[in-house]
Amino acid sequence: MNLVFVLLFVGAAIAGAIRGDVKAVGQGAFDGAAQGVTLAIGLIGVMALWLGMMKIAEKAGLIESLAKFVRPIFRPLFPGVPDGHPAISAMLLNIAANMLGLGNAATPFGIKAMEELEKLNPTPGAATNAQVLFLAINTASLQLVPTTVIALRASAHSSDPAGIILPCLGATLCALIVAVASAKLLEKVVK
Amino acid sequence: MKPVLEFLSGWILLALLVGIPLYGWVRGVKVYEAFVEGAKEGFTVAVRIIPFLVAILAAVGAFRGAGAMDALARVLGPVTSRIGLPAEVLPMALVRPLSGSGSLGLLGNIFSTPGLGPDSYAGKLGSILQGSTETTFYVLSVYCGSVGIVRYRHALAAGLLADFTGLTASVLIARALWS
Repeated sequence: MNLVFVLLFVGAAIAGAIRGDVKAVGQGAFDGAAQGVTLAIGLIGVMALWLGMMKIAEKAGLIESLAKFVRPIFRPLFPGVPDGHPAISAMLLNIAANMLGLGNAATPFGIKAMEELEKLNPTPGAATNAQVLFLAINTASLQLVPTTVIALRASAHSSDPAGIILPCLGATLCALIVAVASAKLLEKVVK
Repeated sequence: MKPVLEFLSGWILLALLVGIPLYGWVRGVKVYEAFVEGAKEGFTVAVRIIPFLVAILAAVGAFRGAGAMDALARVLGPVTSRIGLPAEVLPMALVRPLSGSGSLGLLGNIFSTPGLGPDSYAGKLGSILQGSTETTFYVLSVYCGSVGIVRYRHALAAGLLADFTGLTASVLIARALWS
């Protein structure tokens, strides 16, 4: 991440200098920074809503029973997470919300999952294997129907706006398999 | 398939919003107090991820603002167009892991360019690409930021490998179906 951070700025400086438009580099950075705050502030409402719902579900014992239910699938993938741990349910809810395209519910669930996984983290500040695998699953787009793209295609008068659903699923599946496999394989190498 | 899933999503959302408080109430949970207790965290979490989002979005903003992305696309374009990734779609592929709204904007450009459009090869490939990959850097910043993780270990490599696979698969599928 350190390398990416430096490379982006150095690349920006070189391109800006060559094109003779150094001002655009600074302006781009300021716009990006402002956008970061807008995004985070925009999350507050839905985040509070779903974290509130999660707390009710937790106190009602719903989270625990959900975790027991999906144990057979999650145990081999996340061996470091104990049975019935709330992290399992939060991850399940995040993945389910992602598949259905409920983006604003998926993020709070995902954050909850990261918080629960962090409670099992012996080295705070560095991601655990379970966290990396969970992140990897999330970086492969899990959405079953890419509604935004379909809407954009429809508004551009495509003759078949939804015709890309199956090709998308195929490409997503490939990405997901590689995400899980590389997280699992690299965890043995990366300290 | 799309209307069915949209219908299903709507009802699942409703079931969660109604079902969770109802179930809690039946089980004797003080639902209002529990909700407020949980919701309190919403603000702190959002504030906690701000520095992480600002770091990556400022860097990406500078990179794109300087025109570095376009320059990169111009250099790589002639090579990638030979393997089924046309020069019009390449900038999108480069932006996708960095900015979701950015790549969606570029996809909109392809759709509105005369001679391309949503049903052209470039338009279809761009659509699959947008729909099958995720904004890796945003996901990592938000989720790691929320718990204060600064060492991502192999998460970045796994995420970028997934993006690259999504891109490769998109090109192969588009080539098999439409070229």
